[in-house]
Amino acid sequence: MAKRAAAEITEGMVVNLGIGIPSLVPDHLEPGIRVMFQAENGIVGMGGTPPKGMEDENLCNAGGFPVETVPGTSYFDSALAFGMIRKGLIDLSILGSLQVSRSGDLANWIIPGKKVPGMGGAMELAGKAKKLIVLMNHIDRDGNPKILEKCSLPITAAGCVNMVITDRAVFSLMENELLLTEVFPPFSLDDIRNSTGCCFVTSKECKGL
Amino acid sequence: MDNPFGKLIKREKVIDFFRNGMTLMYGGFGGVGTPPGLVDSLLASNVNNLTLIGNDAGFPEIGIGKVVSRGFVRKLVASHIGSNPVAGKLMNQGLLEVEFSPQGTLAERIRAGGMGLGAILTDVGLHNAIVAEGKERMELNGREYLVEPALTADVSIVYAKKADPFGNLVFDKSARNTNPLVAAAGEVTIAEAEEIVPLGDLDPEEVVTPGVFVNYIVPSIGVNWKWAWQ
Repeated sequence: MAKRAAAEITEGMVVNLGIGIPSLVPDHLEPGIRVMFQAENGIVGMGGTPPKGMEDENLCNAGGFPVETVPGTSYFDSALAFGMIRKGLIDLSILGSLQVSRSGDLANWIIPGKKVPGMGGAMELAGKAKKLIVLMNHIDRDGNPKILEKCSLPITAAGCVNMVITDRAVFSLMENELLLTEVFPPFSLDDIRNSTGCCFVTSKECKGL
Repeated sequence: MDNPFGKLIKREKVIDFFRNGMTLMYGGFGGVGTPPGLVDSLLASNVNNLTLIGNDAGFPEIGIGKVVSRGFVRKLVASHIGSNPVAGKLMNQGLLEVEFSPQGTLAERIRAGGMGLGAILTDVGLHNAIVAEGKERMELNGREYLVEPALTADVSIVYAKKADPFGNLVFDKSARNTNPLVAAAGEVTIAEAEEIVPLGDLDPEEVVTPGVFVNYIVPSIGVNWKWAWQ
């Protein structure tokens, strides 16, 4: 999933990565491609993980893990960090999610009565980035589809998802249409139909069929 | 060191500023940039029934999490408590009230408080029941906004890399985060600085928080917790 998402990143982009699988995306970038990674705790120009013993406790990503920086990095406070997010200056945001609806609603912040961690920066990152890609498993632990007609969990932001990459398939969301563009082996179109909680259109150019 | 403004104080003295039931704002993001010595002073003061305002609940034994975990807090205004399971447990038991505010909105509410403003207008959370609940809506130039009230505190505690005796502050990389905002929003602001330098040593161009916002400065004890990645 991280590898597939990395293919969506092009030269010169400003990109924000969520915690979890999205944070693995830089490991799969084509060498030499120049991207500025933004971390909402106040960095543009975040690099990779420093070698063991070289960590700086005051230089971490939003998940609290030590990072390096690239030439051209800047540091800033949280108001500026979210100013650039709200103003739409993040070209691409890659987040994990619990559910996504056919119309692009994102539900990734609470499971009422079970897990209420708070939204953090997800509302701004989901709602305001120029493009939002969601990386998540196709089905949940109980086998239920996570792509649905309507999210059953409270939504983080409405109509914000542009692309969903799962362990089984890739969908594009455009003008209220969920478009299947890629199926990963060993899955078939029927597998995708059976594990997706809403109808979708299969692209004429759909890969992997 | 020369102390012409009386702002350089011993850390033992800060306990005098802590009161039961006070509103306290803290700098930091997941514990990074939270002042370790001032957190320990807060614990040692044994004040309780606190209202805390900050980005997150830290981790159970990291940053402000130490204060939350010990049950000294009545209400927490934060964007995220997921890294501190104790906070979640206290919330579920009804022992801790949590007001969730989206991270950028929270930062801007704190900034507004520090800048002498009453509120901000934003469309973030407009369609989210939890965020929008009880908040005024306003239409301006044909667009709808939520009115998000500014936040201030009785006491703000921040962490800086360098301070001078006037309270001018320089921060350290991603440990800056909410610190400059929190520093401005306190009725009394106390900064814990890794290094205290004489007046004139800081390049005026490098000062991030002007000393007018800072009332007291104490030398840092350094981070005394183990990070999750260690």
